[in-house]
Order: sequence, then C-alpha cells, then structure tokens
Amino acid sequence: MTIALRGLGVELDGRPVLRGVDLDVPAGSWTAVIGPNGAGKSTLLLALLGLRPGRGAVTIGGRDPRALRPRERARLVAYTPQRPQLPDGMTVFDYTLLGRASYIPYLGRESARDRAVAADVLDRLRLTEFAARPLGRLSGGERQRAVLARALAQQAPVLILDEPTTALDIGHQQQVMELVDTLRRDDGLTVVTTIHDLTLAGQYADALILLSGGRVAASGRPADVLTREMIAEHFDARVQVAEGPDGRPILAPERPR
Amino acid sequence: MTPPAATRLRPLPLAAGIALLAASLLAGLLVGAAGLPAGGVLKALADAVPGVHLHTGLSDVQRSVLFDLRLPRVLLAALVGGMLALAGAGYQGVFRNPLADPYLLGAAAGAGVGATLVIVAVPGDPALAVPVAAFVGAIGGVLLAYALGSVAGRGDGAGTATLVLAGVAVSSFLAAVQTFLQQLRTDELQRVYSWILGGVGAADWRGLGLVVPYAAVSTLVLLPHGRLLDVLAVGEEEASALGVSAVRVRLTVLVAASLATASAVALSGLIGFVGVVVPHVVRRLAGSSYRIVLPLSLLGGAAFLTLVDLLARTVVAPGELPLGVVTAFVGGPFFVAVLRATRGPVRT
Repeated sequence: MTIALRGLGVELDGRPVLRGVDLDVPAGSWTAVIGPNGAGKSTLLLALLGLRPGRGAVTIGGRDPRALRPRERARLVAYTPQRPQLPDGMTVFDYTLLGRASYIPYLGRESARDRAVAADVLDRLRLTEFAARPLGRLSGGERQRAVLARALAQQAPVLILDEPTTALDIGHQQQVMELVDTLRRDDGLTVVTTIHDLTLAGQYADALILLSGGRVAASGRPADVLTREMIAEHFDARVQVAEGPDGRPILAPERPR
Repeated sequence: MTPPAATRLRPLPLAAGIALLAASLLAGLLVGAAGLPAGGVLKALADAVPGVHLHTGLSDVQRSVLFDLRLPRVLLAALVGGMLALAGAGYQGVFRNPLADPYLLGAAAGAGVGATLVIVAVPGDPALAVPVAAFVGAIGGVLLAYALGSVAGRGDGAGTATLVLAGVAVSSFLAAVQTFLQQLRTDELQRVYSWILGGVGAADWRGLGLVVPYAAVSTLVLLPHGRLLDVLAVGEEEASALGVSAVRVRLTVLVAASLATASAVALSGLIGFVGVVVPHVVRRLAGSSYRIVLPLSLLGGAAFLTLVDLLARTVVAPGELPLGVVTAFVGGPFFVAVLRATRGPVRT
C-alpha cells in the first residue's frame, strides 16, 4: 500500500512543526524517518495516521486517513507510539486483543476469530507463553514485542512505528528490527518508522528521510543520506561513516578534539 | 490450538456478588428496631409474589413496618450504593485515575447545589423537582471539573492529576455556592441539612419510583462499556489509533455515570467513599478489567451500602448515624491504603 505526502504542514499552538513535507513510500517498503530531537518526526507519523490536522495532501493507498472513520483507519494503518501506555494489570492476550477493537461492534464482544488472530500473532512473536501474564511483569524486550503484537492484530497493510527500539539493549534492538523486517516481507507490509539509531536505520530501511527543523533536509537511499557532512550539519555530531555489507553505511561517533 | 479466552466476568464471582447482595438485603429486612419474626418476613416476601398466597402470621403493624419502612429503605440503600460504586468505576475508567469518584469530581457537590436551590426556592413539596435539579447539578459539576482540568492540563485529554485538582476546586466552589444558597433561607436550613446528611431513612416507594428509571438507564448504558473502558486504558491517542473514538466513549460513560450519581444523591444526600472503596475492593479480589469491575461494583456497592445502613441504624439504636459517617469511617483508612499502594513500584 503506497503512502504519499504532498506539502504537509502541521502547526502546534501556532508554531509550525512541519513545513512543506513531501514523502513517497512505495508499497511493501521500509522508510525510516530520522532527524535530531524536536525535528518533527513523531508529528510526521501522527499526521500520516490522520491524528494531527494539517495542510497538504495525505494519502494511504489513495485514501485520505483524515477523512476515514477511526474504525476504517485502524484497519488501514497500525501504529505503535514511542511511549505506549501499558496498563500494568492487563494480560498480554487482552492487550493484543485491543488491536482487534476496530473489528468489534461498539457494544459487542470479541469473536472467536478475533481471539484466533490474537493467538496467532502471539505465536508468531513467540509470546504465547506470556499470554496470561500481566504487562507489568514483562521485561523491556517482551513489552516491545507485546506492543508489536497489538499492532499486528489490527491486520492493517501499513505499520507505523515510533522509535520501536527505544530503551532496548543492542541485542533486543536487532531482534525487533529483524522481526519487523520479517513481518514486512512475509505479509507485504508497508513500514514507516522513526528511529534514533542511524546505523540501525541505514541497515534496515529501504529509504531514509532526514527531517530537520520541520523540513525534509535529505531523502533517498541510506548511503546518500547518512554522510559525514549531513550528520555534522543537522545533528551537530562528528561521526565516521564506513561502508558495511550491501554498501549500507555504518556510523561510529567520534569524540570532538 | 484453542485461543485463550479474553478476560471477562466469570460465573463464580458473579454468583458470589449476587449471593452477597441477596444476603445483605435479607439481613437489612430482618434486623431492626421492631423485631420482626424471620419466618414471617420470609413468608410475607413470598406472599408478595403474584400468584403465591401464604399465611404470614404478621400483624398489620408488622406488615406495615416491613413493606412501608424496611423494604423501601433497604432497596434505596442498595440502589444508592450500587449507583455510587458503578458511577465511581465509570469515572475511574474515563479519567484513568484510580481515585476518581463522584464526590472528588464535583458531581455530588453539583447535585447538592441543585437540590438546595430547589428546596430553598420552590415552596411546598419539591419531591419531583429535587431529583431533576440534582441531576442537572451533577452533570454541571462534572463538566465544570472536566473543562477546568482540560484547560489547565493540556495534552492527552485532561491530565489525571490536574483533573483531581480541578474536581477538588469545583467541589469546594460548588459547596460554597450551596452554603450561600442555604444561608439565604435559614428557615429552610433544617430541610437542606437533612437532605445533605440524608441517608436513606426517609425512603418511600414514591421516591424510589422517581429515581429507578434514571438508575436503570445509566446501568444499561454503563455495563456494556467495560470493553471500551479497557481500550481507553491505553490513552486517548492510542485508543483512537485502534479505531475507538475516545471522545464518544468518554462522553457516553460520563453522562451515564453522572446520571447514576444524580439518581443516588437525589434521594440519599451526599455519601462519600463508596465510589472509590467498592471498585478498588473488586479490583483486588476479582481483577482490574472493567468488564469485571463495572458489574461487580454495582452488586458490591449495593451490598455494601445495605450493610452500612444496617450498621448506621443499629449501632446507636434507637438513634441513627448518618450514612456518610459510616462509609467515611470505613473508607477513610482504605483511601490512604489505596494511595500508598498506587504510589509504590508496580513493575518488576
């Protein structure tokens, strides 16, 4: 499912957060949104979801998410926030079932099919043994998988993840990224993520979009965006850029002298 | 593989809740100043069922005590307790604040203003007007607190801490308005005070008939919202991304919970703590899903206040304690315990 933004502008309290953002995400690809803190990355994701009003055109598979009813939108786009709110006492299974909310009538209850979908998702994310465990008793990596499980239960063709690797150690970061990539290939999902770890972004994403000060500073293949000069200009950071496997860049921070 | 079942109310806790309520109602009917024979009471209750005819052995006075005094009183206590606990659970779900209750959020104080206004301004018997005014006041109180909290705490709806503060502010403000109104007509002070401290001692069938429709509607609206309140537990934005309009759920539950609060306070006056204590006991005993908390709070609240009323009219017999005194006596220490428990670290 292709995603397109044309001239997107978003203001919060009269302050422009995004200005003239264009973006094209081909169906089945992975686009990573990178940029310094406060560049407008999370706002961009929320605008894509139709949860932030703004000027310009937003289309997902040719439809404007802002014009859809919440129920239709949730079947089109699944979203995991940067800091998801995990009710401590809720079980992993109940939490995953929340992803089925858009398939359940307003005052209805979940069907056998909803439960089967949730159980299947937990199985794929190796969470079956945690199904009855309260969220408050999960480790960081397990929590992140539970959040992904909820999103996958929506069975939406588009997956939008805000910082899916935050607060995970390097092993769990890789695990989550591999998982998302596998799901993308197996289910043909179109994926958009924000991500702070630039090397990780470069390793997994088909395309990067660098946001700086609410504008698109660069976009394209990872090797074209992740250059020493770009990082210095927009992140005010010194890095060495090496070429990794498949010509994808690997960044190493360098202490300023 | 059979998918696991979602969390919902199981038959056993439901049966336990119903049994507790039935036992409380029976205790409330059997115990009292005029000693009624237990066998006679049971027979009289069975006799009242259409198509059943039993010789009860009760005198006319005893029958009158049972059907004109105790039965309406016990039913009103159950109704008020059930409504306050159900409303408290609803507010807690909407505001995602475990300490939200009708009293904290200004609904009860709003109802107090409404009722006082009618008592002070309308001459004669204002029975019909009081519940209506209390209802309008309750809705007004909550909306005022909600609006104040939303303005003060920007972002994801009303921030929970801000909202409690807004509720406290609105409650104090409305209490001041209410005091001002009652001081305008000191000759009506007695009636105002008797309404505020109220209790369920003045219960009669006419009063019950007035509020039962409100209570029934709010119950029918609130109970099926358990699943949606569970969705709201992840916050407004996430709920919206999941396809649930948080605004719609909030508004529906708020209106219904305010209706429940109003139907309770209209006849019983201001009784605190039931709305916090009962849902929390239910959470501890049966689970925190609103699919469980809502129905069991209704049953538990009804049983709790029936027993509290029993205590209130027997402990210092032949005198009576105001109901609010007894609930606060039990609820005060519990409130502190809940505060402590919710502050402690939950995650491992």
